[in-house]
Amino acid sequence: MQLDAPPAELPPAAVPARPARSAPTERRTRAPTSARQDPAVVRWGLTLAAVAVLGVLVVVPVVHVFWEALADGPAVYWNNLVRDPATRHALALTLTVVPIAVGLNLVFGVAVAWAVARFRFPGRSLLVTLIDLPFSVSPVVAGLVFVLLFGPRQGIFGPWLYAHGIKVLFATPGIILVTCFVTLPFVARELIPVLEADGPEEELAALTLGASGWQMFWRVTLPNIKWGVLYGVLLCTARAAGEFGAVHVVSGRITGKTDTLPLRVEKLLQEYRTPAAFAVASVLTSLALVTLGAKAWLERAEASSLLTPDPSAPRGERSKERKDEAA
Amino acid sequence: MSITIRDVSKRFGASVALDGVTLEVPAGGLVALLGPSGSGKTTLLRVIAGLEVPDEGSIHYGEENVTNLPARQRNLGFVFQHYALFRHLSVFENVAFALRVRAWPEERVRERVSELLHLIRMEDFGPRRPSELSGGQRQRVALARALAAQPKVLLLDEPFGALDAQVRQELRQWLRRLHHSVGVTTVLVTHDQEEAFEVADRVVLLNRGRVEQAGAPLEVFENPANSFVMDFLGRVNVFHGRVEAGRLFLGGLEVPCPDNLHGEPRAAAVYVRPHELDIDGEPNGLPSLPARVLHVNPAGPVARVHLAALEGNLTLQVEVTPERWQGLGLKVGDTAYVSPRRARVFLPDYAI
Amino acid sequence: MRPVSRRVLPGFSLTLGYSLFYLSLLVLLPLSACVLKATSLSPAEFWDAVSTPRALAAYRLTLGASLAAALLDAVLGFLVAWVLVRYEFPLRRLFDALVDLPFALPTAVAGLVYSSLYVPSGWLGRYLVPLGIETYHSPLAIVLVLTFTGFPFVVRTVQPVLEALEPELEEAAAILGASRWQTFTRVLLPPLVPAILTGFALSFARALGEYGSVIFVAGNLPEETEIAPMLIYARLEEYAYAEATALAVVLLGISFVLLAAINLLERWSKKYAA
Repeated sequence: MQLDAPPAELPPAAVPARPARSAPTERRTRAPTSARQDPAVVRWGLTLAAVAVLGVLVVVPVVHVFWEALADGPAVYWNNLVRDPATRHALALTLTVVPIAVGLNLVFGVAVAWAVARFRFPGRSLLVTLIDLPFSVSPVVAGLVFVLLFGPRQGIFGPWLYAHGIKVLFATPGIILVTCFVTLPFVARELIPVLEADGPEEELAALTLGASGWQMFWRVTLPNIKWGVLYGVLLCTARAAGEFGAVHVVSGRITGKTDTLPLRVEKLLQEYRTPAAFAVASVLTSLALVTLGAKAWLERAEASSLLTPDPSAPRGERSKERKDEAA
Repeated sequence: MSITIRDVSKRFGASVALDGVTLEVPAGGLVALLGPSGSGKTTLLRVIAGLEVPDEGSIHYGEENVTNLPARQRNLGFVFQHYALFRHLSVFENVAFALRVRAWPEERVRERVSELLHLIRMEDFGPRRPSELSGGQRQRVALARALAAQPKVLLLDEPFGALDAQVRQELRQWLRRLHHSVGVTTVLVTHDQEEAFEVADRVVLLNRGRVEQAGAPLEVFENPANSFVMDFLGRVNVFHGRVEAGRLFLGGLEVPCPDNLHGEPRAAAVYVRPHELDIDGEPNGLPSLPARVLHVNPAGPVARVHLAALEGNLTLQVEVTPERWQGLGLKVGDTAYVSPRRARVFLPDYAI
Repeated sequence: MRPVSRRVLPGFSLTLGYSLFYLSLLVLLPLSACVLKATSLSPAEFWDAVSTPRALAAYRLTLGASLAAALLDAVLGFLVAWVLVRYEFPLRRLFDALVDLPFALPTAVAGLVYSSLYVPSGWLGRYLVPLGIETYHSPLAIVLVLTFTGFPFVVRTVQPVLEALEPELEEAAAILGASRWQTFTRVLLPPLVPAILTGFALSFARALGEYGSVIFVAGNLPEETEIAPMLIYARLEEYAYAEATALAVVLLGISFVLLAAINLLERWSKKYAA
């Protein structure tokens, strides 16, 4: 038994030649009609002004970092980076702290997004507010609260931990803790809207087809939120690697022991080793530029993977219809 | 396998979605849950699937009480309204999903999926993504996916709601044939009575979370249990009058009404379908209402006539054969005489 | 979205339990330690700690510089968003991507670069300082670097709203006889106001807490160029934990008020978007 090919549905190309004004990839704002066109003077004037703003604010500083870092030639630059054991240690410390903090916040972000986006429970909106809290706390205050907990003499747990030989403050664990704190919201904030927009249909479909909870998560949920995950991890990594204020407070700034790369920049500047400070800064700037490049790439990749020719089932509206049905 | 629903209730906050529903779906049957938006039909389907847990009552598959069995252990096929195809998987892998999570060997998966792709006539579409398919194709993939693991029960939520009229028509017939050959107990939800009547061998009418009537399509259509069912199934003329001692009074009209022999007069709503009204150029001795012809649509298998009663504020819809209409020779503005061939009287609830 | 019954989708207790555990450990516990410490001071002591002339000068500077920077960001950010959305020009995509640099660049690097650019011998300072514009170790230096760190907020809040404006709006205005300027002020600007305000509030909130970049450029002279977070840090260095905490509570209080304001603004924006 077979079904005849449905004749009513024409291939997309056969649609009459109406202007495809709201195709998903096309930005409607890109094709101004005369009624929307500003005079050329205004256009060029504003464009030049905007470019100048971005130039002075963003481009000049980036160029300046590399200029100063390379002021004494590539050989000196290289020595500044690799010959200084304290700088090498700072790099190693940053490379230790960042993956741990990002990993912990990734697990948290996925868990909390699942709970918040898929279920309703009392205190849910309070929980969402709590997730955002670290964004509105000054890094110095973030560092301070951990000093109050773990300070070896005055902290709440500090003296006990100190007596048992556990160092949190002025050591790697403290740096990891504050880094986790300041970067806590990133993954969760990316994932909650993604999960909410998708609705639970595909997951429910997986369950009716016999998938277990973990099978559903690995085979359906995770592939659907992967762009959000990558995005969150990217932003979280950039912020974790660059965090200064909070780490400044809890690390004790012990050269060769608790200096991360951003702290090393400050230390070198204080030691009047400006080219070395800029050399380290150039590494961090490169990381920032890579982050921006990766972000732009992710946005494009996501847009092209979401290109759906058939808009009959718009994402996000399915669950709304079911709600009407239930009401 | 048969499905039994016993006294199932479900509330969402303050709103009652299901209110003491009891229902039997015979093994191998094809049942349509029919009702307006908000009637609870989708909720009932999701309760049967285990996608909602009822507040009260129980669900049985055959002899087994499955009320607390998670959806994934019920071995059922569910087709979602918007299909819920896995966007990141190919058509092949979508259909294979239930087999993969059951850890079928690769060879048997291939065999079963090709069989299903053949069944839905999409053998060449295996590597495509759902986003590259038309609505009707997605619908068929969703069905194939639901059938892959040979479920005992197939549930469909508004399966043709998002499709063009013509594709819908074909898929209905296809579903009918499919059900005939696979023989799986099937429940589908729809708000379209034509669809329900055409596909299902049993129709269940739901309203405000309650079952209003259940039965074979013809039975429900010919003998509606109450005014809601009458109203919901097709066009109808509603008259408000009174019954008294087996006679019905509508304005100047008086017709016998042997079902209601109460002595005292009662208010009643009278329902007459357009094709159950006859029309004539002059009084023919039968009880009739004089009315003015407002509009005629003579195209199609029936002529649809709209009339306004000369007395009272009442508009009438009448359907007669085109031949009869032409034979009458009436024009817009003429006066005609409308008489009921059959009327159904429903007393308001408070009178019962 | 309709709530899914907890018994249907798996993982509710696991994910919620883990989230609450993690949040309590990392956020609730430390912040309550902060409140606890602050309450160890008597009200009079608390008041003394937060109202020293040095503290008052620090609040003034922090609030003033943040406000100035946020205002500057609102103006410049709106300009940049407008141009990026509405005009086509070479390297537009590159410039669009670069807007986020202040988010991605570590604040220490921003501080280092700005301190070097605006000194009297720096690339930009050499033109500004001779004109009597003090761009180094001055409140203006703080405003400049805060403008940098908060710059992307306004652009990124205005951009999507501007993109979503229907072209028909402007065409309708033109058909009804409005001039370009009238169309801008009466048709285009009003729906953008909530987004601009949200961006402004976000960059203001960010500036209030900013530390890393400011300490490089400010000079950190008490009562002159010392911002509130710097003062907290100085108190900590003196092991005056209680005073530091009292100041932190004041700063937290301001942040929370702003957070509430931002939430309200975002709700308002959404009404426009819908």
